[in-house]
Amino acid sequence: MIAFLIRRLFQAAIVMLTVALIAFVLFNYVGDPINAMVGQDTSLQDREKLRQDLGLNDSVPVRFARFVGNAVQGQFGLSYRTAEPVGRMILERLPATLELSFVAALFALLVGVPMGVYSGLHPRSWTSRILQAVSLIGISLPTFLIGILLILIFAVGLGVLPSFGRGDAVNLGGWTTGFLTVSGLKALILPSITLGLFQLTLIMRIVRSEMLEVMRTDYIKFARARGLKHRAVNFGHALRNTLVPVITITGLQLGQLIAFAIITETVFAWPGVGQLFVTSVSSADMPVMSAYLALIGFLFVTINLLVDLLYFAIDPRLRTAQAATRVS
Amino acid sequence: MALGAGIVRAWRSVTGSDVFYSFRSSKVTVAAAIVTAIIFFACFAAQLIAIQDPYDPANLDLSVAMRPPVFWGGGWDYPLGTDDQGRDMYSAILYGTRLSLIVGFASVLLAMTLGVTIGLVSGYVGGATDAVLMRTADVQLTFPAFLIALTLDGVVRGLIANKILPFDHDAIAVPVIVLSLGLAFWPQYARTVRGAVLVERTKDYVNAARIIGVRPWRILWRHILPNAMGPVLVIATINLAVAVITEATLSFLGVGMPKTQPSLGTLIQIGNDYLSSGDLWITVSPGIMLAVLVLAVNLLGDWLRDALNPKLR
Repeated sequence: MIAFLIRRLFQAAIVMLTVALIAFVLFNYVGDPINAMVGQDTSLQDREKLRQDLGLNDSVPVRFARFVGNAVQGQFGLSYRTAEPVGRMILERLPATLELSFVAALFALLVGVPMGVYSGLHPRSWTSRILQAVSLIGISLPTFLIGILLILIFAVGLGVLPSFGRGDAVNLGGWTTGFLTVSGLKALILPSITLGLFQLTLIMRIVRSEMLEVMRTDYIKFARARGLKHRAVNFGHALRNTLVPVITITGLQLGQLIAFAIITETVFAWPGVGQLFVTSVSSADMPVMSAYLALIGFLFVTINLLVDLLYFAIDPRLRTAQAATRVS
Repeated sequence: MALGAGIVRAWRSVTGSDVFYSFRSSKVTVAAAIVTAIIFFACFAAQLIAIQDPYDPANLDLSVAMRPPVFWGGGWDYPLGTDDQGRDMYSAILYGTRLSLIVGFASVLLAMTLGVTIGLVSGYVGGATDAVLMRTADVQLTFPAFLIALTLDGVVRGLIANKILPFDHDAIAVPVIVLSLGLAFWPQYARTVRGAVLVERTKDYVNAARIIGVRPWRILWRHILPNAMGPVLVIATINLAVAVITEATLSFLGVGMPKTQPSLGTLIQIGNDYLSSGDLWITVSPGIMLAVLVLAVNLLGDWLRDALNPKLR
């Protein structure tokens, strides 16, 4: 267990350092930090002095160490576009993205698992076939088209849900939340469906194929032979054993959700970090880009690590396998 | 005469094969193939069947802007209506689909070449080279390919803004997207090919080739690679659909193809501004085109995966 943990932590540290290095290169070599800070009429001497003062003439390892040190404290300099501190810009917008991703993941799980269980138990029924066909279409449609389609139906056509923004958000000590107002909750519906639909189809397909596999095993036959109710067999025995891969996939997909929120946020004018990233890409705003990449990298690595640990906690076979190798 | 007989024999060997049988017996696949063929043909004949060249600014006419399509009460001059610049939507969709397909094919080709080469080298050389290449692939696979392509696009924009690259972004939009997508998609090819190389290199035919003095590079390309091509082709087909979607997404976000040279994604983005006013056609028709194209290619990819999978035979 300890050896496994250390190995995983070491891998995570390497990935994080790679991402930091990329962010560092973007920050220092693609953009010019000095150009961003001074006006057109600053003389070359002044620029050189500023360069010296900021430590931009130090050796690369020293600068990289300083970059990482600043990044850990959330300091990524000033945005080229708005001249605001990048750390603050991202922190202001992070709650919107995290809430959206969380609701989308919840939606995908709460709808995807029952759909998968149903079509796994009755693979030949018409409902299951329709679900399979719809899921293929769901995978084929690009996220932004699904968003536009939902806007067309529910905002333009029926006029029941808002097509852009977060509604009224309440500020709770630096964390703005849309969970507490009616308009905030209504504004969450369409974006989270758009964001979660791909994950929903994925979860449904995995649960379905796992269920199909589990239902063929001997212990299900024995459970039936023992006269257990269908309900107990289906949920107590079968579904429980499908959950390990579902949890892994959902965990890993959480990171994907945060990244794919970029598209959903643009479609729904959702004021989150993803929209900020797109704006920074189109205006070549390197400090914001490197900060976003570092943040996403950190989130991905943390989530992967947590999923690995969770896997370990859920599946007792893994623990015994580890114990066995230790004894031998 | 001999040529005719040869063609007949080649045709018979195609129609008599297992793969063709599985193709013929799936109605959905045949339908998908027909739809794909029609779209490909229409795109490559775009110059002949389009009403105007939508990339030529001289054809833009603001006085006919925002005309609705025929089934929306418009005239036959512009069967699918016009956009906000007075561009004929029918022609723009033909040219836009062609652009999306060209970008898709080019980036798949780039990703495949890169990935296959890296996979061959990694699997055959092994050791530190293998470790470095595969860890790079692992790190990259942690992130969605779409995010990597978006970042690469931003890097190029940064290089242009700082005059490190002496180009105008709109002028090099196509190569930039192809490069971004190609660099984003190589790891899956590399992993597959590496796995196949590790399996094949211990087999007798490889040892035999080595003993008679065939050079390693030739063994890799002529002996091992053909045995690994099946899965690579399957990945490439599904990758084409993903590449088309990713290009459309980037263009929709405003960082892909410029408005002067619209792809399907750019057209959808142009129309997005007019959705709330009820002028839906600028978004809806290219949207349907994109969805149909991707669905058809995906269905073909699914079929190919099952047909080439020996476990399912």
